[in-house]
Amino acid sequence: MATTRILEWIGRLYIWLLLAFLYLPIIIMALMSFNVSPFYQLPFEWTTEWYASLWQNDQLISATWNSLEIAIITTIISVVLGSAASLALYRYDFPGKKFLQALLFPPIAIPWLITGTAMLIFFFGVGIGRGLFAILLGHVALALPYVIVVVSARLQTFAPELEEAARSLGANQWQVTWRVTLPWIMPGVIAGGLFAFAVSFDQFVVSYFLSTPGQTTLPVEIYAAIRKGFTPEINAVSTIIIVVSMALMLLTARFFKFGGEK
Amino acid sequence: MAGVQVSNVSRSFGAHKALDDVSIDFADGGFYALLGPSGSGKTTLLRQIAGFDFPDSGRIAIGGEGVERVPVEKRRIGMVFQNYALFPNMSVADNVAFGLSVRGEAKAVIASEVQRALDLVQLGKLGGRRPHQLSGGQRQRVALARAIVTKPRVLLLDEPLGALDKALRVDMQIELKRIQREIGITTIFVTHDQEEALTMSDRIGILRDGRLVQEGPPEEIYDRPKSEFAATFLGDANILRGDTTGTGIRLADGTAIAAEAGATLAAGAKASCAVRPERIRIAADAGSPDQANGNVLRGQVSKRIFAGNNSTYFVERDGQTLKVIVQNTGIDRLAEGQQVVLRWSPESTVLIAAS
Repeated sequence: MATTRILEWIGRLYIWLLLAFLYLPIIIMALMSFNVSPFYQLPFEWTTEWYASLWQNDQLISATWNSLEIAIITTIISVVLGSAASLALYRYDFPGKKFLQALLFPPIAIPWLITGTAMLIFFFGVGIGRGLFAILLGHVALALPYVIVVVSARLQTFAPELEEAARSLGANQWQVTWRVTLPWIMPGVIAGGLFAFAVSFDQFVVSYFLSTPGQTTLPVEIYAAIRKGFTPEINAVSTIIIVVSMALMLLTARFFKFGGEK
Repeated sequence: MAGVQVSNVSRSFGAHKALDDVSIDFADGGFYALLGPSGSGKTTLLRQIAGFDFPDSGRIAIGGEGVERVPVEKRRIGMVFQNYALFPNMSVADNVAFGLSVRGEAKAVIASEVQRALDLVQLGKLGGRRPHQLSGGQRQRVALARAIVTKPRVLLLDEPLGALDKALRVDMQIELKRIQREIGITTIFVTHDQEEALTMSDRIGILRDGRLVQEGPPEEIYDRPKSEFAATFLGDANILRGDTTGTGIRLADGTAIAAEAGATLAAGAKASCAVRPERIRIAADAGSPDQANGNVLRGQVSKRIFAGNNSTYFVERDGQTLKVIVQNTGIDRLAEGQQVVLRWSPESTVLIAAS
């Protein structure tokens, strides 16, 4: 009895230590974004001054909007293209299908540094150059495999008889897709979309390679700001991003669970 | 409503001949069973009629109109799938409404037709449920309602009762038959369950290795099988092999077996006789002389299986085991090891060309 109780306590302690290890730096950063002293000095004095000055920091604000815009457009494009590609891979057999499917995985494994370099060289070669459009193209390329993998996984649980049943009832290919197949894969599509958003919004390496001084995203801007000199505004903007990211991840978790239900 | 004509349909998948020159005429309003072991081509044939797959050669006509190149969504058929294939994201009513809705029917028409179909399958009050909240039998009924609500020309059923337990299956057999009679729709029904085929259908087609072995009313196939396969696949049969005498066969030991039905064969050819186990009378061998008419064989009971209302005797005779089923009348019980005489009439014997 005594030993099981001790083991239980060790287990609990372990979980708390783990959570502390993960979240303590973040919590401190979040707290410091509300502290008067810009140099992490204690005692803690409450202020929202940094959030106010963040509001005045046009560079950070515009980078945030860029990031959001790119992330949203990336999500839309990669979800539409990715879901369509997943359906095509599920429904049809065509020459080179296996090869295409195999090609989907390396982009997930190749270091972003290398992908970023390759994109930079390629975009210069074809005349696209750097800037927000280049970043958008890069992000779509990075996000697409994630969407296809997630949606394809969901399609594996789909019963092909459902499409046959719909066709036997007179539904054409569009009606079958919209009314039977898409509702079934929707949890996968939403999860894939959240992945795409996260891949784009958190993206630093590829964005850094493809941005120009006026056209940049939030992570790149934060990096540049830290290099110039640290200000608690960074804490403030980071806190906002963490809150938004965690909310997104909780949503993802919810949809993944939903995806496991029958 | 319409009849279905399948003429000389062949379909191969690679080197495998799934259907080999199959022709069947499904009469308007009939209830037809396609029976065969797995891999016999019965499901392939059903999918050809449905339009999920097209034949390599041959013709398929529904109501006289050639449809062998018309895709399933344009064939106006109703189909019930083995695993029901109900749309999980829709309510029962929406499932049933699907066929009318994709056709663009008015909402009011859809609502009343759906209610009528659900009433027909006795699920009138469950329209708001989701498929996963229903029992297997109820899902089966929803699948049926969904297939018939669009007033298809022909109803196709792919082993629709396979997933149900025995008691429910018998209920659904009766129910399915009632609904089919009520709407008078041509129904083609794939099964590997011979009992289901015998009890439900007006006609049966037996398939084997992609070929139609025999086709006709259940009684005809049971009483007059044209091949050993048909005889043993639909019901139980004792097969005796020998040389034909024109009106029967002569077994290896010289015993003559007379047959009144079956193939007309030239004397001397290899042939067999089929006789159903319940047509044979069995009695203890008292050594009395044989009567002039009727078939007689002597043997020894090797095993008796008691099954309540009947008993099955296995009788060893010249290296062959014959099966005899006897109604339990409470008298004439024979013991294992006993010498017995088997008697049956030539009318119960079918002459079959050697396969």
